[in-house]
Amino acid sequence: MANFGDHLRELGALDRLASMDTPIHRLDPRAKVLATLLFILMVASFGRYEVSGLLPFALFPVILGTLGEVPWGLVGKRVLMVLPFALVLGILNPFLDRSQVAFGSWTLSAGWLSFASILLRFALCVGASVILIATTSMDGVCMALERLGLPRVFTLQIALLYRYVFVLLEETLRITRARELRANGRPLLLSEYGSLAGSLFLRTWERARRVHVAMLSRGFEGEFHGASPPHFRSKDAAFLMGWGAVLVVLRLVNLPHLLESLLKGVAS
Amino acid sequence: MHMADALLSPAVGATMWVLSGATLGRSATRVRKTLDEGRLPLMGVLGAFVFAVQMLNFAIPGTGSSGHLAGTLFLALLLGPHGAFLTVSSVLVVQALFFADGGLLALGCNLFNMGFFPAFVAYPLIVRPLLAGAPGQGRRALGIILGAVIGLQLGAFGVVLETILSGRTALPFKAFLYAMQPIHLAIGLVEGLATLALVAFLARTRPELLETQSRGRSAWKGALVVAVMALVAGGCFSWFASTRPDGLEWALAKVGQQEIEAPEQSLHGRIAHAQARTALMPDYAFKGGGESRGATSLAGVGGGVLTLLIVGGVGIALRPRRKMA
Repeated sequence: MANFGDHLRELGALDRLASMDTPIHRLDPRAKVLATLLFILMVASFGRYEVSGLLPFALFPVILGTLGEVPWGLVGKRVLMVLPFALVLGILNPFLDRSQVAFGSWTLSAGWLSFASILLRFALCVGASVILIATTSMDGVCMALERLGLPRVFTLQIALLYRYVFVLLEETLRITRARELRANGRPLLLSEYGSLAGSLFLRTWERARRVHVAMLSRGFEGEFHGASPPHFRSKDAAFLMGWGAVLVVLRLVNLPHLLESLLKGVAS
Repeated sequence: MHMADALLSPAVGATMWVLSGATLGRSATRVRKTLDEGRLPLMGVLGAFVFAVQMLNFAIPGTGSSGHLAGTLFLALLLGPHGAFLTVSSVLVVQALFFADGGLLALGCNLFNMGFFPAFVAYPLIVRPLLAGAPGQGRRALGIILGAVIGLQLGAFGVVLETILSGRTALPFKAFLYAMQPIHLAIGLVEGLATLALVAFLARTRPELLETQSRGRSAWKGALVVAVMALVAGGCFSWFASTRPDGLEWALAKVGQQEIEAPEQSLHGRIAHAQARTALMPDYAFKGGGESRGATSLAGVGGGVLTLLIVGGVGIALRPRRKMA
């Protein structure tokens, strides 16, 4: 149940963050969605042993998160939440992939490299996604997806789901709380689950019907009319192209290696 | 069983995006035709219901663990396959964005594994024929549990294939398969039982909600044959591996003897070849090229530290200062 409340609170926190007003928030959602997609694509395109080449990619979430004033605690929490999954899938690499890698006078099994690579990928991809949603409203994301060619029925479905998810989570929280107060610590059994989830469903269904009738009576014909359809300004294009160029360059040029050779050049 | 960005190669991620995108487009067209658009709010609220009910855990007796409903099959029973796919997809998109479950690149994989298989394979081939006519309690239970198990087995197999084809982990195909399929056999049973509990409740209280789906010819014997064949073909890994104490451990012991390596290598070699041709970035490092790649990667530790310092510096420099005002 704590889990439930946590989820609700975090959804709310992200929703509030998305309504802030920073240079990143003001960008067109399409530019942010596309830049984030390109970022993830570039990160994913690295070979399995790549570690150093991935490091400069931290620039993208760091800059967007800082300018968008996303609290780093929130990003860190999200990354930590998916970390167990990354650990489970990566931890066997050092044992399975035993080819040795020379590292100065040390040798290391190559599996450790691919393990570190997986952890880095997780952190980068999760970080970028969280920052995207913390700087872009859900309606904005839906608009972006629709303009990028997804069927309107689907983007509408996402928008509607998002509108009702808060209400329904609260409803579920009430139902589970009521059960827990009566159950005296007894866990929820499958035999009772049917009627619990079932009554949640029936309440949902009734609510959906009321909502449907209310929307129809207000002239709903399968479309939301946004207050101001945003324009893709030159600022947005510059953001997208600028990041596109930076990400491609970072993908092609290994910055840490470059810096390393610079360091050596200075030392000698 | 969310597939994650970090485990995917762009080629696999993009392929699955195309597949899921096509399914989504088709589903949207069908839904628009069959369900008038005014009914969309219903689907939206149902999506929110699935989102909420996924967090409602119940105890699994004798294990000390708990399970929850994923809901695709339940949605298929209410909305049909197209509506169910659309609704589950919207749930997965919101989860990917808000809870970083999976991720944007992995969205295509996740829609396919958790939406396509249950809604377009398990439901029409297994569940619908078995529930056609007026099913008794036994047949209904059989249909729903079988459908849930097969849907999840296929989904888990999808995760294994996508992970191996991407080549980001060193997990051998067989070991991963032996770990995933039995786990998802259990998850499938739980999913089936939970769906059944919900459907049984609705059949008692509001049978008319489910009636729309029980029309059609009763072809349940044919469906049973299909189901058994699918179980034998796809699920035999589960039965086989679940007789071992721990599929993954057992498989790892075998890997130690280098027995699995050989076929895996050749599979990998072929995939690497195919991927090198289709990939966005040609310079992939795969198993064979690991050493030199790894060596160059580690040599740059000094440079790496410097990079992180620069990134951190940029972050600090950009920090907004208006809190002073």
